[in-house]
Amino acid sequence: MLDDYFRQYGLIAIFMVIAIGVPISMLMMSWTAGRIGLRPNNPTAVKSDTYECGVEPIGGKWELFNFRYYMFAILFVIFDVEVVFLYPWAAKFLQLELFALIEMAVFVGILVVGLAYAWRKNDLDWA
Amino acid sequence: MSCVLGPDNILHDTLLFRVIYDFVGHLLPCWLSYIVAGGVIMMLLVNGVLMGAGLFSWVERRLIGRFHNRIGPNRWGPFGMLQPMADVVKLIFKEDLTPAGADRIVFMIVPVAMLAPVVLMMAVVPFAKDTALANLNVGVLYVLAVTSITSVAIFMAGWASNNRYAMFGASRGVAILISYEVPVVMSLLGVVLVAGSMSMADVVSAQTIPFLLVQPLAFFVFFVGTSAELNRTPFDLAEAESEIIAGYHIEYSGVKFALIQAAEFGAVLTSSAVMVTLFLSGWSGPLSSYLGWVWFLMKIGVLAFVFSWVRATFPRLRIDQLLAFAWKFLLPISIINLFATALEVYFLRDGAGTLDTTDLWIMAGINFGVAFGSLLIFGTLIKEKVRPARPITGVTLSSIEVS
Repeated sequence: MLDDYFRQYGLIAIFMVIAIGVPISMLMMSWTAGRIGLRPNNPTAVKSDTYECGVEPIGGKWELFNFRYYMFAILFVIFDVEVVFLYPWAAKFLQLELFALIEMAVFVGILVVGLAYAWRKNDLDWA
Repeated sequence: MSCVLGPDNILHDTLLFRVIYDFVGHLLPCWLSYIVAGGVIMMLLVNGVLMGAGLFSWVERRLIGRFHNRIGPNRWGPFGMLQPMADVVKLIFKEDLTPAGADRIVFMIVPVAMLAPVVLMMAVVPFAKDTALANLNVGVLYVLAVTSITSVAIFMAGWASNNRYAMFGASRGVAILISYEVPVVMSLLGVVLVAGSMSMADVVSAQTIPFLLVQPLAFFVFFVGTSAELNRTPFDLAEAESEIIAGYHIEYSGVKFALIQAAEFGAVLTSSAVMVTLFLSGWSGPLSSYLGWVWFLMKIGVLAFVFSWVRATFPRLRIDQLLAFAWKFLLPISIINLFATALEVYFLRDGAGTLDTTDLWIMAGINFGVAFGSLLIFGTLIKEKVRPARPITGVTLSSIEVS
């Protein structure tokens, strides 16, 4: 059992190293090309300025962050955690009894009430 | 000295792995042939995704050219087929600028963090009969977990660029990604319920009829949600060229830009692959013992074409419309789908807890009704209140001329 675990996740771990290694090697290739003069590499102050519609940028990147993003982030956290609990239930539901169905209905129902409340309070609207 | 994979080994079930292992095992020590067999599949997947991304970038530009009634790239190679190669060579040998005041390390991590999840997603997708890198028993959850890394990468890109448009794009992108994540994840619950397993191989073998028919609502939600998560045109607010220039990747140039673009095009293919596996019965089809991979690629091609079609057809939405669409339309209908599927599974399954093909057809019939009804109800519910057209009264053109 544990062997199977390591056989599969070991392959995935190696694959992860490759998946990260391939883009890194491409970055290194470009970096080397810059070093040996195959591609230009002479940044100037004007060139490395941030882009802003062709005029000189005024101020930094610090902009006011729209508060409404928080509402969606909070709702997201609630529903995503809910779904993590639902997946094992769904995978085994073919063997489960009526009790599991009712329990799930109650669990999702509570969150649906929360969604309806947020909808009613206009938290799902942008304006 | 030949190595044979015993049937007790879980990788025995993976056909390609077993064949390569047995073949290489005649020449090399066992542990090395183990790595070689795994390495061959990994190289197949990595190259498949990256070359596929290049090929798809050409296909999509040609297709969208056709949709726009123009030609598209057609100069370099037959039908312009070598265009992606020219692009890659050009981008690698271009100057790679890092903007002043940028967080250099995070700026450099971003392309890697965007491309790696796209490739990693393919690890559990069975691309031919009984062939995947790893047949995890939590395959669906693995795919969802890996895809959500992208939202971190997008925010890193916006944060590190030291550009306010990048920051705008990143915060929009993250809002869209997390909003559409919820209905996507909810919709896949229906598939897992019917298949009775989270393993991708089991989902494919459970599809005696494609789950596209059994779970039409889940497919709709998953398709729409995925194209939002890929930042494609009806949902491409995060990189809207005409308002915030290019969004989070505005400051990227050279090879970093190439990697980000490869990640975006590759993500279309890998998402199509996941969709094919979960909804279009994966590699199965006539002669699937030998030609499973052909069926798999053909189905991916069809879905990728639909993605391009959608991109060429729909105009961009506003952020309030987008988020309302996720929370007020897709999430309720995916919850309806979850309840409907759970009830159907509960009443249709037999004593041993299995569903046969007749049950699936009955579910398909009911679910199409449910899909039609809920799309109708929630469609009218979120329809934007358009002001009724009023007849123009008072000053008209003729009255101006008279007076």
